[in-house]
Amino acid sequence: MTGKLDLDPVLVARARELARRAGQPVVDLARSHTTVSVERAVLRLAGVTGADPDGIPWVNRLVDAVVADVGLGHGVAVPVFDALTREGITDVTLLAQKAAAGSVRFAVPTGRAATAARSAARRAVAAGVRRIDRRRAERDRLIKRHGDPKQRPWIYLIVATGDIYEDIPQAQAAARAGADVIAVIRSTGQSLLDYVPEGATREGFAGTYATQENFRLMRAALDESSKELGRYVRLTNYASGLCMPEMATLAGLERLDMMLNDSMYGILFRDINPIRTFVDQRFSRQVHARAGIIINTGEDNYLTTADAVDEAHTVTVSQLLNEFFAHEAGLADWQLGLGHAFEINPEVPESFRLELAHALLARELFPDAPLKWMPPTKHMTGDVFRGNLLDGFFNLAGTLTGQGILLVGMMTEAVVTPWLSDRDIALQNVRYVLGAAGGLHEDFVPAPGGFIRRRANQVLGEALDLLERIGEQTLLTAIAEGTFGIMKRPADRGKGLAGVAAHEADYCNPATEILEAAA
Amino acid sequence: MSGTQKAIVRPYGDTTGDGMVQVSFTLPVSHDKRAEGAAVQLANRMGIDPAMVVHAKPMGDGFTFFVVYGRVNHLVDLNAVQVVERDFALLSAKDVNTVIKQRLRRKLSVVGACIGTDAHTVGIDAILNVKGIAGEKGLEYYRELKVTNLGAQVSVPELVEAARAEKADAVLVSQVVTQRDAHLHNTREMSAAFREAMPAGRRPLLIVGGPRFDETMTDELGVDRIFGRGTTPGEVASYLVHALITQRKAMA
Repeated sequence: MTGKLDLDPVLVARARELARRAGQPVVDLARSHTTVSVERAVLRLAGVTGADPDGIPWVNRLVDAVVADVGLGHGVAVPVFDALTREGITDVTLLAQKAAAGSVRFAVPTGRAATAARSAARRAVAAGVRRIDRRRAERDRLIKRHGDPKQRPWIYLIVATGDIYEDIPQAQAAARAGADVIAVIRSTGQSLLDYVPEGATREGFAGTYATQENFRLMRAALDESSKELGRYVRLTNYASGLCMPEMATLAGLERLDMMLNDSMYGILFRDINPIRTFVDQRFSRQVHARAGIIINTGEDNYLTTADAVDEAHTVTVSQLLNEFFAHEAGLADWQLGLGHAFEINPEVPESFRLELAHALLARELFPDAPLKWMPPTKHMTGDVFRGNLLDGFFNLAGTLTGQGILLVGMMTEAVVTPWLSDRDIALQNVRYVLGAAGGLHEDFVPAPGGFIRRRANQVLGEALDLLERIGEQTLLTAIAEGTFGIMKRPADRGKGLAGVAAHEADYCNPATEILEAAA
Repeated sequence: MSGTQKAIVRPYGDTTGDGMVQVSFTLPVSHDKRAEGAAVQLANRMGIDPAMVVHAKPMGDGFTFFVVYGRVNHLVDLNAVQVVERDFALLSAKDVNTVIKQRLRRKLSVVGACIGTDAHTVGIDAILNVKGIAGEKGLEYYRELKVTNLGAQVSVPELVEAARAEKADAVLVSQVVTQRDAHLHNTREMSAAFREAMPAGRRPLLIVGGPRFDETMTDELGVDRIFGRGTTPGEVASYLVHALITQRKAMA
């Protein structure tokens, strides 16, 4: 697959080095800070479950109680397990209930009490990590039994009714119709909730709430489908917003297979504080690495706000940064569903050749990553006939350039949430293209010195220029000044900043210790 | 409408007056002869007669998709067409930016918040966040708008202060919670505070939005505009340009 664009290996290595340089200060920041969501994820691994009668999870109540007494900077694990010993109980959820009632005080123990609390916390969290390990082994067994999809790219379809019990038959129907990956879109606004809702949910806004129980129900339903269809059907949700670490943890515990997880999406598109995002992102990716989950990054979003030709290089830069952050967190190349999209205005001359150049550039830069290929949305107008044609060209570009995961485009994009018939027509479109031209990538070698090679090398050059500019300042400054998309996001602003704290000298996070020891 | 233009029309396939239309739909029945008959019956009831089922395809269990062509016997009287006109033009993001740039010659400052105890930022975020809603980008996406989103549970004095600090041209307030008419009380409190704090000519445009507002209550609540359920960022941006630039210049 490599060598179709004649990319200069020196430039490619330089691009990776610059991405590392831009990303390293952010990693240092992430390693020296924690957030309320990281700490809640630790408690979920340690076994805290459920919610109070108002629907506020016990992990939130417990973290809030610890923070009120001793702050966030020590980590909550040691104060919690110290209190558990003093209270003479073993159930952490019960402790959360007592703490919420105000009957428990938290302290930062020293000496032998500290050592005891640390090892108790580590035992409890290790049990949670083992549950994730078992789920991963279970996935491996099921893939072995049922098999992977026969073709690449994998076909990725979205369901989103708001009601998990309505989503299930739709997801099963989609799998029968050919979907290899099912994504359940979340309810509007969930990314800005600073807690994870509980239980099975039947009401959402333009999507279904991501909850542990909804994850479990959908995974069980797709296990049935996998058995029926003789191929393992994967399930996707979103580790984004204010609860990335907890979403990642719940996904690991319920054997989700993919998670949307972008290093900058929350900052740029949701105005979440940059430090909060980078800290949460690192922890969540460490959990994904352990759980064997494939991440999908969100570069396609840049192209919905910025021009897909002029800003093509920002996609490449973001892919390189996402790759750096992912590797640093322990993810392997096969887990990197780096994103990009077919969003060039179809009125632009040679738009399809430009798309091929951009898609092939991503393929050649990241030869071992699955790559997530996103369909046109920005130039879908309501003219469903033209939209179906555009989706056909999108599918063709996907197979010609060897994309790993293809999100099925809907001709009714921007018109309605997909109807049964829209999905059927869209899948028919994919099947036709993959059936008629599935092997065409073997013959597709752009001419030396031709349009596609020139364009790909030009985009790589512009990406290098941008990385050089970022290197002169820092990534946080670049984000603050609006380098990506057009949004300016200073590091001292944005949602969720109150839930960030610098590590104290005695900061203890048994989950990070376990996850980093394995890497 | 001029008297010479035909007032009665019918759809056009390839000959004037042929009335030909094409429709597609799904019926929750398995594909067989009876299903096709059912599609014809539906088309007939829609006024399509004769109806030709040109395509029928089973989809999943118990569903069939149809494409039907046929002649529709309904007429359209153009004189009887009634449309509710929006009192401002709907502009694209590009046009909004152009008008602001050329005629205001500075960025238009917008401050948004959920006031009172309302923690539901879904509405204000849908309008302001770049992410937007229904495929439309939020106001942050507009280069010529300077957006300050204060988030949830903002007090009225905080909002007034932020509006002053940001030299707000417009203040957007979202209210989702309606228990004991909280959205109405909060809105009145907000508009009164702005009236008290700033002289009439200097006050920002006051806009509230939420699913339960009656859009005709502007005077009663002391605001300039109310947006109800289903409002998109593009409508709000277009209204801002209309109210703050186009209309204002026209009156001056």
